[in-house]
Amino acid sequence: MEDLKAFLKQKVLLFESDTLPAETEKMLQQIRRDKTDVTVIHVSSNTSSLIAGADKTFNSIKSYIEENESDSVLVKVGCVGPANYEPVVCVQLPGKNKLFFRNITEEKVEPLLNGVFHNDINDEDLLGQIGSKGFELWPGIPFMNELPFFASQKRIVLGNCGCYDPESIEEYIARGGYRTFIKTIRHYTYEEVCDIIERSGLRGRSGGGYLTGLKWKQALNTSSNARYVICNAKESDPGSFSDRTILESDPHRLIEGMAIAAYATGASNAILYLKCNSGHARERVQKAIDKAREYGIIGHNIYSSGYNLDISVRIEPGAFVCGEETALINSLEGKRGMPQLKPPYPTTSGLMGKPTVINNVETIMNVPLIMQNGPEWFRSIGTEKSPGTKIFAITGRGRMSGVVEVEMGTTLQTILDEIVDGIRDGREFKAIQLGGAQGMFITKEYLDTPVDFDEMRARGLGMGAGGFVVIDESTCIVDMVRYYMEFIRNESCGKCIPCREGTGRILEILESVIRKPANEESGTTLERFKGVMQLETISTVMKDASLCGLGQTAPNPFVSALGNFREEFEEHIFDRKCRANVCRGLRTFSIDVEKCTGCTVCAGKCPVNAIYGTRLQPFFIVEDKCTGCGICYDVCKFSAVIVR
Amino acid sequence: MAQDIEIILKRYKQGRRDDLIPLLQEIQASEGHLSEEAIVKVGSHLGLSTTKIYGLATFYDQFRFFPAGKIHIKICNGTSCFMNGSQAVIDKFREELRIAPGQTTRNGNFSFDVVTCMGGCFHGPVILVNGEYNIRVRPEQVPDLIKRMKYIIEND
Repeated sequence: MEDLKAFLKQKVLLFESDTLPAETEKMLQQIRRDKTDVTVIHVSSNTSSLIAGADKTFNSIKSYIEENESDSVLVKVGCVGPANYEPVVCVQLPGKNKLFFRNITEEKVEPLLNGVFHNDINDEDLLGQIGSKGFELWPGIPFMNELPFFASQKRIVLGNCGCYDPESIEEYIARGGYRTFIKTIRHYTYEEVCDIIERSGLRGRSGGGYLTGLKWKQALNTSSNARYVICNAKESDPGSFSDRTILESDPHRLIEGMAIAAYATGASNAILYLKCNSGHARERVQKAIDKAREYGIIGHNIYSSGYNLDISVRIEPGAFVCGEETALINSLEGKRGMPQLKPPYPTTSGLMGKPTVINNVETIMNVPLIMQNGPEWFRSIGTEKSPGTKIFAITGRGRMSGVVEVEMGTTLQTILDEIVDGIRDGREFKAIQLGGAQGMFITKEYLDTPVDFDEMRARGLGMGAGGFVVIDESTCIVDMVRYYMEFIRNESCGKCIPCREGTGRILEILESVIRKPANEESGTTLERFKGVMQLETISTVMKDASLCGLGQTAPNPFVSALGNFREEFEEHIFDRKCRANVCRGLRTFSIDVEKCTGCTVCAGKCPVNAIYGTRLQPFFIVEDKCTGCGICYDVCKFSAVIVR
Repeated sequence: MAQDIEIILKRYKQGRRDDLIPLLQEIQASEGHLSEEAIVKVGSHLGLSTTKIYGLATFYDQFRFFPAGKIHIKICNGTSCFMNGSQAVIDKFREELRIAPGQTTRNGNFSFDVVTCMGGCFHGPVILVNGEYNIRVRPEQVPDLIKRMKYIIEND
């Protein structure tokens, strides 16, 4: 082990020229397990696959290997991409291409491995193959990068995800990792690194789109005895998981990026600000940092360059607003995470009053790649004003879901048609929700919008941090907006009045819109109409007068939903009807007299005793008593209960 | 119990304000919740008033002031789980356990929290019971699940 460490340190990390000698390369190939005489089995092991049962799959493969006394190597890797195919298992027979299999649950392990070892592969679970030079092809099996899910993607930032063991620094170094960082600190000055990043045109990926290089320069040019770099891995939007996937699948590149960012801004302290509920990500990142410290990549006088760096992990204590820069700094200082007025910007006066650079995970992940390949390479990807790629976490009702990376300039239509592959169960597409709880609904007419900061802004849309929710006709927009509003209302910090009161009022009104008519007291109808008329005013005031980004963008989902789905809102308000049959309060139930056999099941289950009748005769529902819970609908075996 | 807090406090010898949150997080991780005693101790250690610490701790969702139940349930209410009907599951838990999210039942057996996005978006609604993920949970399954958990508690 010590030998390996010394070898990697001396022969790889400190090696000056880009191409390594053949001997070293051979050794690295072994570490990468590129050319082995034994079978290598990869099992994906990140949150989404663990939820799907990857742990059981792993154990089952392990016992299979032990039982058959096979000399196969079993490795836990990160996420490959498609969440609906988890757990993904990859098998590489000696000298042959890697084969990927999908949805390999515990019970499928044995037939799968039996098949693979005896050259009888089950097509049903097969995903595809990945080939590289010098390996034997599997005839008739599609290549992974030709599958529609991968073909429209450009996986640069996610390039390492799912390919290597995220807990092994050796493997990362063997893949060329950390060499860029060592080279940077040995050969470039602070200004030069900032310059390279600025010339590359890398823009902050958290939604704002500010030039990263410029931000770094501002911090660097502020005179101070200490500076900080913070990587914001907060990501607490409901339904976005791209940062977590990156942290779990490729933590080392993030650390390398943070180290380069810290060097460029002259900071000797970098902080990774992590979400509280991310157990696996935290473990992996902590392990990665410890390993990096062991290899001298973090520490004192790194590789005799005279540069010192320490990276620490801080766990966010659970407040959505802490994603905002100033609130984040407050929470790191041990105060309530409330935002402050800007300026001064964190780049001039941030953590402890020192210049602080705050970057999002995706932005940081791009940095080592730019330093490695040069700013011109980065500029050649994507559009002119927004170079590079963008990562989306796709969820919702699409056929495919997972973390995807597309080149800037790809239209939303392409993502929806090719990567997401349309809507599940043949339903009708309704909208895409981009950018989490404060994002916009994007309807059919806007699907030709390219993924690009300026283009989207010109159309009044926002990219956000990368949440991509596919909504179909079975989802009620009013209910969806209410859900987002409820979330923001709970998370509003309460510092400024427009946000604190505005979110509460909007939620109140939306709740009154979907409340059951029978439960209304006198006067509430009037209140509701009054409220509905004021909703637009409230949102304008919130937009103009709120202190931070959370309040200013809080009405976004409501405003864009009202703009795009006005009829649906009107139906709820005037006709008291919900198209998608989601809003419980607006559902009315009745019993089909011809189908009802009088079995009394529904009457027994009804929590409010709203169903009456005599045994073996058709029953009926008293509408005034019914709360619309839908239990009778669920329990009826003769589908005699009708929803309207 | 009191020993643990002392040990943790010793680790933060300098007693700076920015140590407050990690300190509280560590105490909660070791004890399960922030007791009155712990908060008073932290206050005297850092030289902060107890009200300040309460003010901070109540601001953040992570901190709890009552012990969690023997079985702690986490229910995901991320966008995808919500679209797949997590609200009904949460309502069912409320009804069955007769507690609101963040509370503990009177006998100290159950507590549940609502979190946003656990990462199993395709398999929603996802709930985490005793470190084990349950996927595609329907409200009808909730009573059975609770019965099973009660059985585990009784036979433990």
